[in-house]
Amino acid sequence: MSVGLNPRFRFDSLVVGATNRLAVTAARAVAEQPGVIYNPLLIYAPPGLGKTHLLTAIGHLALAKRPGSVVEYLTMDDFNEDYHAAVAAGRGDAWRQRFLATEVLLLDDVQFLAGRREMQAELLRLIDALQRENRQIVLASDRPPAEIEQLDERLMRRFGGGLIADIVSPDFETRVAILRRTAEERQTAFLAGVLEAVARTPIESVRELLGVLNRLVAEQAVTERPLTPERVRALLGIDAAAAATAAVEVVAEVTETVVAAAEESSTARDEFGTFLAELQATLEAQVENWRLGAERAVADFGARGFATRRLEQLLGDTPPAEPDVVIRQYEADVERLEAIAEEIAALAPELVESQTLRDPDALAAAELLLDDAKYRTLPLPGPVDAFSLETLTETPGNRMAVHGARTAASEPGVRYNPLVLVGPPGSGKTHLMHGIGVALQAAGMSRVACLGAGEFSDMLIAAIERNAVPSFRARFRRVNALCLDDVQLIAGRERTQEELFLLFNALSERGTQMVFTSSRRPAELVGLAPRLVSRLEGGLVATLEAPPRRERRMSGAVQGPAFRNAERVIWEWPDVLDRVIEEWR
Amino acid sequence: MPLVNYAARELTCKVVYYGPGRSGKTTNLQYIFDRVPAVRRGEMISLATQGDRTLFFDFLPLDLGTIAGFSVRLQLYTVPGQTYYRATRRLVLQGADGVVFVADSQSRRMDDNLESLRDLQENLLEHGMEPRTMPTVLQYNKQDLPTELIHAMPAMDDALNFRSAPSFGADALRGVGVFESLKAVSGLLLRRLAAEVPSA
Repeated sequence: MSVGLNPRFRFDSLVVGATNRLAVTAARAVAEQPGVIYNPLLIYAPPGLGKTHLLTAIGHLALAKRPGSVVEYLTMDDFNEDYHAAVAAGRGDAWRQRFLATEVLLLDDVQFLAGRREMQAELLRLIDALQRENRQIVLASDRPPAEIEQLDERLMRRFGGGLIADIVSPDFETRVAILRRTAEERQTAFLAGVLEAVARTPIESVRELLGVLNRLVAEQAVTERPLTPERVRALLGIDAAAAATAAVEVVAEVTETVVAAAEESSTARDEFGTFLAELQATLEAQVENWRLGAERAVADFGARGFATRRLEQLLGDTPPAEPDVVIRQYEADVERLEAIAEEIAALAPELVESQTLRDPDALAAAELLLDDAKYRTLPLPGPVDAFSLETLTETPGNRMAVHGARTAASEPGVRYNPLVLVGPPGSGKTHLMHGIGVALQAAGMSRVACLGAGEFSDMLIAAIERNAVPSFRARFRRVNALCLDDVQLIAGRERTQEELFLLFNALSERGTQMVFTSSRRPAELVGLAPRLVSRLEGGLVATLEAPPRRERRMSGAVQGPAFRNAERVIWEWPDVLDRVIEEWR
Repeated sequence: MPLVNYAARELTCKVVYYGPGRSGKTTNLQYIFDRVPAVRRGEMISLATQGDRTLFFDFLPLDLGTIAGFSVRLQLYTVPGQTYYRATRRLVLQGADGVVFVADSQSRRMDDNLESLRDLQENLLEHGMEPRTMPTVLQYNKQDLPTELIHAMPAMDDALNFRSAPSFGADALRGVGVFESLKAVSGLLLRRLAAEVPSA
């Protein structure tokens, strides 16, 4: 379906010359593959140089290639009036839908957008909508966009994103060719040199040039005598100076053989020019397949949520050296991103929404994110299973602590949270802490972390070095129970205390059981932040007394099971020997 | 294969005009040479005998300017048609991207046409080029001669065009069919190039 297409304006009735070749080639390309190559295409030229012809020719060719498609041609004035009529009738949406249904929209005289903010905004929306749907939009203006007054910068950018082609006044040969073709269409023969004389007039507009030709056709019909070049010059009022300037050419004109040679030369140039224009169209359509591929890739990957900057740059003004390599690399990067995203989804679902995983230009960052996800899921040090609550000897000095430990193990996070075990070295607090961890694991709890407060601090320092504190936090916040030995070791370490404070709050909110050991009550520790002190003191603080020397041999860590699995104990609890020595002393 | 230099953005294609002796191959090139603006073409190199028969080959480089960001050049060659220059023909055919087979439409030259076509096929195969996929157009020259002396287009097609290649009637002296043939073979080889250039 076509709206408003003048049947006379087609590509085969257009004379192609050096001054309009780019515009014609681009126009052919968009007519053959609407919405694919140059979108939008903007053609600008002074009045009378064939903009409307070209726009209409695009419409005809697009329809010939795809019969049944919707092609609409209208001037900016029509566009404007239709819009206001639609708005007045309360049918603004219908107006928009009408244009969204077109496959090729041809808008003439867009210079009349000057100062019309409302229409500019509508056109902007329309261009965006049409581009999204791969519909072609072609615009014509009598001046370059930069010279259209008060043109919205966003519109300028949209125009620049497609192709802007200009047409300037045709050269002498092209003017002769246009005049000859038109004379043939009018079935009028002129003497040699007549059309050349017309072509030499200082008229720039082809439309006006054809007006002159019409006058000559009429003149010749009325006088019934062939017009001579001299008569034509007299009729057109070409002044003496101009005539003098053209004197050399006049000599050529009167020499029949020279005129014939000039005609042949002109025809010859036309023949090669046509060949070149058609070949250009073929090459544009064929060799630039990568461009179509890139545009398709932009649409496809864009729709899947991937950033397409790299491909958009590919489609910029300067074609890259090896576009297919760039496209293949982009696809490979997207494939890798998808694999990374899948792996991360399994490891750390909270990271999967990261925009990094949608940006092939940030593949290196995505790899780091995967490392981060892996780090987050690395198991934290667990309890040493040699220390169980069952192997602990209950004494009057540790009764309350043992009770607290057993309760924490049987009802984690419910009654004594946090449980803070306080005692001097050798009192068995570490044994108790690990015992709780072992009991929780035995009850089926996963991710039970048991580690020294010094180790916690060292891990934080390593994370700061790697700029990976969020991963450090995420790793600890995944635990289902946290047992931290020797809290007194972080006294004076402000950053560690801050992280512990944040972790405490997060785990507390989730009801995660926490067990701490300390050589002194938290309130007595110098260098421990009051906010941490209050939280530790807010749970159950159970003290353990050092057992008499004779009982030590039979108690806790030095009992048989620890040594039956000595290698593992040393591996998982590197300071066990120090503790044993301390126990023995 | 067309020579594609992505770094320099250059595309160079070799088109060979093949056919029996005196069928009009050099005339084709001469016509093109006369029609192409001087800035667009190099010198036409013609090694000819005194009788103006092509001795070795004609060569006409054409600069088509920048198309789709590529500086495009066509190199047009003719081969000597006479039977005894087979080795030269094979040499010229090497590296061809497209072939314009210029047949003589005169009835009495049909055997020469057929022999030349066979020769073309053999030479292509010797170079490891597949005749079925080589971009080829057929030009039936001298269609301007009296009809009683020539085969009309359908008869020429029946006799020579068993692969349904694009075919053109021509009068190379006056340029009829010359640019049409060149355009067709250029289009075919560019399409082939596009198919071979990996795209997204």
